[in-house]
Amino acid sequence: MDLQILLLLGQDGITNGAIYALLALALVLVFTVTRVIFIPQGEFVAYGALTLASLQAGKVPGTVWLLLALGCTVAVLDGIRLVREGRFAKLPPLLIFNIGLPLLAAAGLFAMPPTQLPLAAQVVISMLLVVPLGPMIYRVAYQPLAGASVLVLLIVSVAIHVAMIGLGLLFFGAEGSRTPPFTELSFELAGAPLQGQTILVVVASASLIIGLYFFFERTIYGKALRATAMNRTGARLMGIPPVLAGKLCLTLAAAIGAFSGILIAPITTIYYDSGFLIGLKGFVGAIIGGLASYPVAALGAVLVGLLESYSSFYASAFKEVIVFTLIIPVLLWRSLTSKHIEEEEE
Amino acid sequence: MLKKLTLAVLATVSTAALADINVGVSVSATGPAASLGIPEKNTIALLPTTIGGQKVNYIVLDDATDPTAATKNIKKLIGENKVDVMIGSTTTPNSLAMMDVAVDNETPLISMAGSAIVVEPMDAKRQWVFKTAQNDAHMATAIVQHMTDKGVQNVAFIGFADAYGEGWFKEFAKIAEARKLKVVASERYQRNDTSVTGQILKVMAAKPDAILIGGAGTPAALPQKALKEKGYKGLIYQTHGVANNDFLRVGGKDVEGAFLPVGPMVVAAQLPNDNPVKKSALEYVTKYEAAHGKGSVSSFGGHAWDAGVLLQNAIPVALKKAQPGTKEFRKALRDAIESTKNLPAAHGIFNMSANDHQGFDQRARVMVTIENNTWKLIK
Repeated sequence: MDLQILLLLGQDGITNGAIYALLALALVLVFTVTRVIFIPQGEFVAYGALTLASLQAGKVPGTVWLLLALGCTVAVLDGIRLVREGRFAKLPPLLIFNIGLPLLAAAGLFAMPPTQLPLAAQVVISMLLVVPLGPMIYRVAYQPLAGASVLVLLIVSVAIHVAMIGLGLLFFGAEGSRTPPFTELSFELAGAPLQGQTILVVVASASLIIGLYFFFERTIYGKALRATAMNRTGARLMGIPPVLAGKLCLTLAAAIGAFSGILIAPITTIYYDSGFLIGLKGFVGAIIGGLASYPVAALGAVLVGLLESYSSFYASAFKEVIVFTLIIPVLLWRSLTSKHIEEEEE
Repeated sequence: MLKKLTLAVLATVSTAALADINVGVSVSATGPAASLGIPEKNTIALLPTTIGGQKVNYIVLDDATDPTAATKNIKKLIGENKVDVMIGSTTTPNSLAMMDVAVDNETPLISMAGSAIVVEPMDAKRQWVFKTAQNDAHMATAIVQHMTDKGVQNVAFIGFADAYGEGWFKEFAKIAEARKLKVVASERYQRNDTSVTGQILKVMAAKPDAILIGGAGTPAALPQKALKEKGYKGLIYQTHGVANNDFLRVGGKDVEGAFLPVGPMVVAAQLPNDNPVKKSALEYVTKYEAAHGKGSVSSFGGHAWDAGVLLQNAIPVALKKAQPGTKEFRKALRDAIESTKNLPAAHGIFNMSANDHQGFDQRARVMVTIENNTWKLIK
């Protein structure tokens, strides 16, 4: 192995690690705020990438129908409650946000073929189609069970994951897609070629992480999420509705997932079921951070990316074995060094 | 009187229903092999519903690329639907899982899987199993032949870390060694991997004249894209598992110039007119594209079509010996399929024998290259 191979592998590992880091952060965020182990995180990656790909292929992505169906379900669920409580004034915004906007999106896609739009506009449309799925899923699946045990919430997550994979196959078909690169630039670094797209992934991930930091430190919503993560009951007493916190953090998780998908779609082929494995590697990173610490989770995810890259060189047949076996020593170390505190039942 | 009449009518109806031929089908229409299973499922819908004057019912179930589900499907189809013959499944592990049930119930099984172990070595169990897809060995020989013609000496392999990749590597390494080709590197990757940089760098470090990518469907485009990106200049070979249009769509200009062996059906229109497979292959292509649009046909659906071709040939023979729904009919059907001779199908000419339950010869494959984003026959 010479220096060039070392550099190329490192570059590859950091690119993948950056994506895993984003997903690890989203997983930690969702877990600390809602105690949900968000297995469908990876599906948002696939949905984001494939929605963009179908827009570029001139097809109406199936995500529109899912958005519409979920929107209607949310509208019915919340509508019944509002009518019962006699809060009619809240009905119009509910209907506009959950049915009106998805309908508008569907109509817009049929009226104007998105193939002619610039790439940036296509990215925005894909994000707008995928991200609202997050809070809607929270409303339909998690909100009625918000007080349930971690295990019940995990089972719900598995159910959503399986449902989303099945729908993904229906929407996008069995074959994968790639999107054209955002940039064709290419550099030379110490004799090793460096693709512009790779730099873009790393820079975009890093700036998103910095953005998240400022969101949590400086904005009232970010602080509300942190408060909920620290102490759910306390935050509630301070007037932070847990429903708002839940919806907000799933919106963030969906946005991070979809954005990661759009970032990696030009580098690799994405399938309807690719998201799970990517999400799982983010999860390994999150586990290294004990599902609590953001910086450790991000570093852990980058470590996973590097480990994956180097093991694919040395022992390609055992790559996944090596990556996922990493969990065992990490768990051992964590259980020996940290004091175990029983989760308080609410 | 009325009661008697009703009974008589009912009796006729039920005997008619008994005389129908029931064909059970289990395909992997979802799961990892979905891109193979979906065209197979579509093709079953195009098969004739009357053979030898008898009505044929096709009962299609999805096994989700899961051997357990495949076993469940065949048990249900044999137990509840009393099928006379089974078609399935898409993948080798699923076909092997179904084999035991088929043998226990003495029901012929026609598999569409690639690996030769479905029908070889011939034993008491495999008596009941037939296979319409070319054996990997057929295809591997064609690749090695092409490599030696091009003067290749060192060759590397990168394939799926599963039964497909392993099976291909074993076949390929065996034949390559016999033809004095040196395999200098062998790497594996997962079909849903997002990067193969590590493997590609290692393969390239071994400086091979040619690289064979042992993958199926769109995931096989990833190593070739990485090879182009890293500036590999040698020959690149793919397997017949990539022969669908999605591979071309995902691979784009990076897969230009790859060589691969395919069933003649894939390039049916380009075959010379004296090719014995041309007519039967075009028949399938025309039918499929009429139903699903131009350019929609893939080689995998052809294997399901060929299962239908075998049945259309064998069922009239078996009908002379026994009634559908009976053990004797299933036995007669098995014997009839085994004695198939010179039967042109979409992928080749079937010549079955007691020892060969696949039945294809070198007419069942051609070498093609990818040119202008389409398959081009190498004459």
